Amino acid sequence: MEEKKFIYLDHAATTAARPEVVEAMLPYFTEKFGNPSSVYTFSQQNKAVITQCRDVIANSLNAKSNEIYFTAGGSESDNWALKATAEAYASKGKHIITTKIEHHAILHTAQYLEQRGFEVTYLDVDENGLVKLDQLKAAIRPDTILISVMFANNEIGTIEPIKEIGEIAHEHGIIFHTDAVQAYGQVPIDVDEYHIDMLSASGHKLNGPKGIGFLYIRTGLKLRSFIHGGAQERSRRAGTENVTGIVGLAKAVEIAFATMEERTKKETAMRDHLIDRLLAEVPYARLNGHRTKRLPNNVNISFQFIEGESMLIMLDMKGICASSGSACTSGSLDPSHVLLAIGLPHEIAHGSLRMTLGEENTMEEMDYVADQIKEIVTKLRAMSPLYEDFVKKNK
Amino acid sequence: MYSEKVMDHFTNPRNMGEIENASGVGTVGNAKCGDIMRIYFDIDENQIIRDVKFKTFGCGAAVATSSMATELVKGKSIYEALEVTNKAVMEALDGLPPVKVHCSLLAEEAIHAALWDYCEKNGIKIEGLSKPKNDISEGEEEEEY
Repeated sequence: MEEKKFIYLDHAATTAARPEVVEAMLPYFTEKFGNPSSVYTFSQQNKAVITQCRDVIANSLNAKSNEIYFTAGGSESDNWALKATAEAYASKGKHIITTKIEHHAILHTAQYLEQRGFEVTYLDVDENGLVKLDQLKAAIRPDTILISVMFANNEIGTIEPIKEIGEIAHEHGIIFHTDAVQAYGQVPIDVDEYHIDMLSASGHKLNGPKGIGFLYIRTGLKLRSFIHGGAQERSRRAGTENVTGIVGLAKAVEIAFATMEERTKKETAMRDHLIDRLLAEVPYARLNGHRTKRLPNNVNISFQFIEGESMLIMLDMKGICASSGSACTSGSLDPSHVLLAIGLPHEIAHGSLRMTLGEENTMEEMDYVADQIKEIVTKLRAMSPLYEDFVKKNK
Repeated sequence: MYSEKVMDHFTNPRNMGEIENASGVGTVGNAKCGDIMRIYFDIDENQIIRDVKFKTFGCGAAVATSSMATELVKGKSIYEALEVTNKAVMEALDGLPPVKVHCSLLAEEAIHAALWDYCEKNGIKIEGLSKPKNDISEGEEEEEY
């Protein structure tokens, strides 16, 4: 019998912590357990370690160490960036600009702020998922206090024109936040060059541990404390530091940036091979997201006439882990808001498949996956009344 | 997430396909919500469902409920088929996750829609059988890309 395969193609959901990361973390669970806020040497060593970790992260972004605030992850960073900016700058204005394709950590927080008297403009994107700069400029008002645009989209992988957006925000004196949860560690980011004032990132998307992330906050920004109750994180985010998480995150960041060029080159080659094969060999398939302004590891393809969850189950039976923008995978009746925002009709959005690659994947796996997808699509189309109607109509 | 029976009916669907010149065809659901079911009946002169086939666009539960529904009505009279409820389909599948219950309702509606089509073609009126409310033609126009 053929050995059961395990091909993990859901790195945008989460990644495995690297062995080096786990190894770096382990002593801080046991022998180096000290609370960094304590006075004695044993604990002060942990305070020093946190400072070193903060330096590693600051360097990766061309930021200053005291601009990095550790959080529990991307969602917390996004919540903090939006809520605290809104509160601190409410006297200046009550208008926020974001996009229709943000992660729910941004969208739901923006809706929360709308219920509290803020006005939010949700920018459209073009068919490739790119923010339209003209529309952004036109949306700016005298009372606009914040622009929040994701660095790269988690579903379709499109990389936004962050530098241009940053320049526009800067020219108008508006704070610019970017959710870089998917992009950080995948593409080079320089907060000064891109005029980024705040940036959210998460550890477990780049082979670090879960439950740790950070928010970059540019010096000089007025920003309220997110969690009260202690002097940690310059009194802005109280609570005993997640030392193990911080150590793991810094190790993951160190490796991710040291290997970025080589790793993303390999991923891009696999990505392009998988995309090319699927588009060439499966009829009525389309690539979602920009073809080149795209995360190195993202493949998102819609297969017409079939539904995503069915595909995922069949892929799972072949040992392949992927995800979909279909309603059935979201627990609601609507397919992914991102796929609708790029103009896909509902039934095509339901038939989307996202595969996000990692460095441990291989070209052989891409070929196996492409072969399996071809079979699965054929099988599901044979079952589909939509395909039947389409074939009859075109006879 | 799914019972073994659901997985079995999803991976080995019973009665999948179509019937040419079917006695009754019913299509319910819409592509907007991500589920479309179509059921074909071949009904003999004694009003017995001689053969039944289905086609479904939808998730694993949608395929499995269609498959099970066809099993439950095959060989039954049209009156017996009308008695097959979504609950019966769910029970036969050893249950469905709560978010998938609507799939079993769709299966019940698909049976009713196919029966309605048959009855309408043959001038039969059955108490309790009404015109299907889910009309696929309500969905958006098919879009090409």
